[in-house]
Amino acid sequence: MKHGIALYAILSKDMKAYYLKPPNISWGLIFPLAWTGMFFIRSGGGLDDIMGLLPGVTALAILFGTTSMLAVTVTFEKKNSSFDRLLLSPLPLEMLMLAKTSGAILFGVVNAMVPVLLAIVFTGLSGVNWALFFPTVLLIAVVSAFLGLFVAVAVSEVFEAQTFSNFIRFPMVFLCGLFFPVSDLPAFLRPLSYALPLTYGADTLRWAFLGKGSMSPQLNIAVLCGYCLLLFALTIRNVRRKWIL
Amino acid sequence: MSKPMILATGLRKTFGDLTAVEDVSFSIEPGDFFGFLGPNGAGKTTTIKMLTGLARPDAGSLEIAGIECSGNVKAAQHLIGVVPDESNLYPELTGFENLSFCGALYGMGRAAREERASLLLEAFGLGEAGHRKFGGYSRGMKRKLTIAAGIVHKPPILFLDEPTTGIDVESARHIRKLLANLHGTGTTVFLTTHYIEEAERLCGRIAFIVNGRIVRQDSVDNLLAPVKGISQLTVYCANRPDESVLADLRHAFPGHVFTPEKGSVLSVQSSGAFFIAPLLSFLEERGVPVLEAVRGRPSLEDVFVSVTGIGREQMRKEGKR
Repeated sequence: MKHGIALYAILSKDMKAYYLKPPNISWGLIFPLAWTGMFFIRSGGGLDDIMGLLPGVTALAILFGTTSMLAVTVTFEKKNSSFDRLLLSPLPLEMLMLAKTSGAILFGVVNAMVPVLLAIVFTGLSGVNWALFFPTVLLIAVVSAFLGLFVAVAVSEVFEAQTFSNFIRFPMVFLCGLFFPVSDLPAFLRPLSYALPLTYGADTLRWAFLGKGSMSPQLNIAVLCGYCLLLFALTIRNVRRKWIL
Repeated sequence: MSKPMILATGLRKTFGDLTAVEDVSFSIEPGDFFGFLGPNGAGKTTTIKMLTGLARPDAGSLEIAGIECSGNVKAAQHLIGVVPDESNLYPELTGFENLSFCGALYGMGRAAREERASLLLEAFGLGEAGHRKFGGYSRGMKRKLTIAAGIVHKPPILFLDEPTTGIDVESARHIRKLLANLHGTGTTVFLTTHYIEEAERLCGRIAFIVNGRIVRQDSVDNLLAPVKGISQLTVYCANRPDESVLADLRHAFPGHVFTPEKGSVLSVQSSGAFFIAPLLSFLEERGVPVLEAVRGRPSLEDVFVSVTGIGREQMRKEGKR
């Protein structure tokens, strides 16, 4: 109960201090809209193309929405020592890191709804497997948040967090099968694609929206869960090694 | 006999080739006001970090309120409050929100923490500023709120790292008064400071730490015992007395100890009676006009200087940083 109060307080504080600030909300809305518009115009296929673009755009909206703030805010709080206040509290480290990521996860899930709502407006969006869609969105948000946290703990300066985040995020746009299949990539790049978690997230979203994909949804979800555990464990290990001197 | 609130034995911490803390041991009883006194880089902050869970000792053992926590202080963190050397609250939250947030970190329910936050804001003279953002506070106000945040959950043990460094005299005085009141309620306090007068005024027991090692620890009364009964005169001269004048002084006034300080200040100590007029006349006759002479008693600062070999001026300079 006491840990629950602390967890909720950290989530509320982060939402108020960071995520619900107007610049961040506008970034969360404009970014997926811009990507959707860009790929929609580029495809030239009219409204019929929306369903094809939706898995990639949704995955991208979650990735950028989730990681845009987390890596920067955690690095910022560590830099000005306010993160030490959290480390000094009796909250177990694992719960503390979950609390710090929960705001980002929530923000990523809300971001995912922007392209989906637009698609509903333009196409009606029928035949979607919502039972698969929602857990997948949540899993992508969790894995992206843990990726952001991993970046935050790996660096010590805010500008490093931004640079390192982009270094990881932008290749994912092209390597994770968001807008063209992984099979279309040069053979030497494909192993890299399969090493990136978003590949599995985007493929599961394809199953949810289009009823087809290149790997089984069960395998995709298992891999995403594996990435969540791995990144979380690595982050906790790094915090213990780097921040508790 | 009750268990010590803090029992540190042989604590050691190194950072690469640098040994920050070596063989630090002390025992702090419930209700003690313990001072940790030393210059910059002596190992005060590293020790406080090991005691509160922000650093892991390389060697040694640590018990807090009877809880063995050498490897992990987490088990005892609900019992401790920490006031770090930097005011590290959230600039975008108000004073009230910061205190309420800190209470929530210790599992306090909304009603309890909001009531406590209001109470502390009033007690710390921040009632009107409570609904302003922390980022807009003055340095003194920030320190006060940071101390309030350290005690919002009513911890039985409070760690304070340089609480009055770099703030105005009035705020520092207010903070000292608040700390004395807090100690009066039974809180065990561990204070690190540069300010020797502050430690002397507040603490019951003090440890001197230099280059990562405790060189002396005892009650303030015991530390002051060797200088008890000694009278001191600080003489501000127009020019610095040279060695021949000092030699003559020592010859003419046996039983007095003459120590030239920085500039043209001469410190005189005597275990017997002072005859100020002959002393001042002697200096005048030897071409050393006296501007001012201030009588006093040797303080903890003198004990610190004699034990550590660190000059008064160095400690004062560090206090101003």
